[in-house]
Amino acid sequence: MSVDKSTVERIADLARIKVEEDELEDIASELNDILVWVEQLNEVDTSSILPMSSVNETEMQWRSDQLVSGTNRESVISNSDYIIEGFFTVPKVVE
Amino acid sequence: MARLIDLSLAEAKDCLDKRDFTATELVEAHIDAAVAARPLNTIVTETTELALSNAAISDARWSRGEARLLEGIPLVVKDLFCTKNVRTTACSKILGEFTPTYESTVTEKLWGCGAVMLGKTNMDEFAMGSSNETSHFGPAVNPWRRQNDLSQLVPGGSSGGSGAAVAGRFAIASIGTDTGGSIRQPAAFTGVVGLKPTYGRCSRWGIIAFASSLDQAGPMTRTVRDNAIMLGAMAGYDPKDATSTNLGVPNFEAAITGDVRGIRIGIPEEYRVEQMPREIESLWEKGQDWLRQAGAEIININLPHTKYALPTYYIVAPAEASSNLARYDGVRYGIRVDGADLDDMYRFTRAAGFGDEVRRRVLIGTYVLSAGYYDAYYLQAQKLRRLIADDFQKVYERVDAILTPSTPYPAFSLGAKLDDPLSMYLNDVFTVPANLAGLPGISVPAGLSEEGLPLGLQVLGPSFGEEIVYRVAGVIEEAAGSQNQPEEWWL
Repeated sequence: MSVDKSTVERIADLARIKVEEDELEDIASELNDILVWVEQLNEVDTSSILPMSSVNETEMQWRSDQLVSGTNRESVISNSDYIIEGFFTVPKVVE
Repeated sequence: MARLIDLSLAEAKDCLDKRDFTATELVEAHIDAAVAARPLNTIVTETTELALSNAAISDARWSRGEARLLEGIPLVVKDLFCTKNVRTTACSKILGEFTPTYESTVTEKLWGCGAVMLGKTNMDEFAMGSSNETSHFGPAVNPWRRQNDLSQLVPGGSSGGSGAAVAGRFAIASIGTDTGGSIRQPAAFTGVVGLKPTYGRCSRWGIIAFASSLDQAGPMTRTVRDNAIMLGAMAGYDPKDATSTNLGVPNFEAAITGDVRGIRIGIPEEYRVEQMPREIESLWEKGQDWLRQAGAEIININLPHTKYALPTYYIVAPAEASSNLARYDGVRYGIRVDGADLDDMYRFTRAAGFGDEVRRRVLIGTYVLSAGYYDAYYLQAQKLRRLIADDFQKVYERVDAILTPSTPYPAFSLGAKLDDPLSMYLNDVFTVPANLAGLPGISVPAGLSEEGLPLGLQVLGPSFGEEIVYRVAGVIEEAAGSQNQPEEWWL
């Protein structure tokens, strides 16, 4: 499974990171090196193995359905320079 | 009397109790040392005023007889922990001047014990790295240098600044995080004690997430006892962290009994890697001798899937990172680069804000999770992860703890490994398995290399077995003898 320039473009698109045309080649080559290296995992027969997503297989804890926060708008917007009337603002979404 | 900055945490507390000096004097001595050590670039945000005002509060408490566990003890905190009203950057450009309006659970516990923060430490960007060279603030420098050699060395990473500050003696202790070795490897490179607790032992709430199933906070200190004291303050169930485990916090300090008679220590065959430097091999053998002489039983064991741990990690961690870093989009905090529309804003902001290594890992992570590749890579990696964890589980039926080297070599020169990401990844070969399996692990300084650099030995324990880890580590520390200090060449 090798990665070429157009694949890098596609991944960069999914990740919403702009990659310049002249960087695509180098990135493809780096990603390929890594992918070739991780290929060795396919040496192992895992047909009867269940995937592990969590080391502590604990139960999710439920909390009581009570309001504990949410009245601190100032605190929530304090790290943005783009606030208008208490709302976060962004460039318009063009269709 | 020793200089104030040479005291361990336990010693400093004793002295404060006996009124040998005040907390303010202790904190001032560390602030002075930190200022003098600015050439090491270990602290990215100094919090001097905050430190002095908290030291005064601590002094008042000491005189009222209300001293808490860490009253007046000066610490530094890896810049990955959200600290209320103190800029937190993850050493990335993308967070800009983000200033949390809340405190991480672990740091809240430390301040609740009276500890005093001197500053936020340098680290690899978003904790991705093993040398502290990917930081937006430039590399941190190891206080250690090779004998007769002026080259500057890396302190390891990603908690490089934290390790360097403790080794350089301008903080009594620090906290870091460990996702693939990011506490243990810099601890080994800087000659300090660094522990990654069992996954779930400490809360991750308020820690900027890298890989959520692997990240764990942990202490970095100059002695094993100090480390146990710190973990006691940091650990505990947090209902705000769904992955934190609801178990009580044992007295870790009491676990350092010095007695390992009858303890079975496993030596994993597969950790004897190709071309392992002779001095690492002999340190490992020396560690086994020390434990054997102390009455422990040394048993050869096998962890058959060890060689797959690094590639498994380099699929799982980037995959989780690609998800965790999706939130950095310029909308609510951090830098924003404008674009013609929202989509452009995202692309330009993230391109401008992320460094090369972060971008590399986000792209790999995105790829392995994408449609058509998920099964081949991510699912396969999750299955290997289970096999790796099962290897440990089986082995812990026959041994109580495992001894390995911490790193395949000592600290290297700045810039030496930047050309080849894969060669940098190999730094973590001994540390990564414990993260995949969620097990506790400690690095203890055990000797010096031929060129005079610190070398560490790693002790791994069973799940929630920090007590046995500290017990064995204490014996190694004792046998290794008093540790050399780096020469303070930056003064």
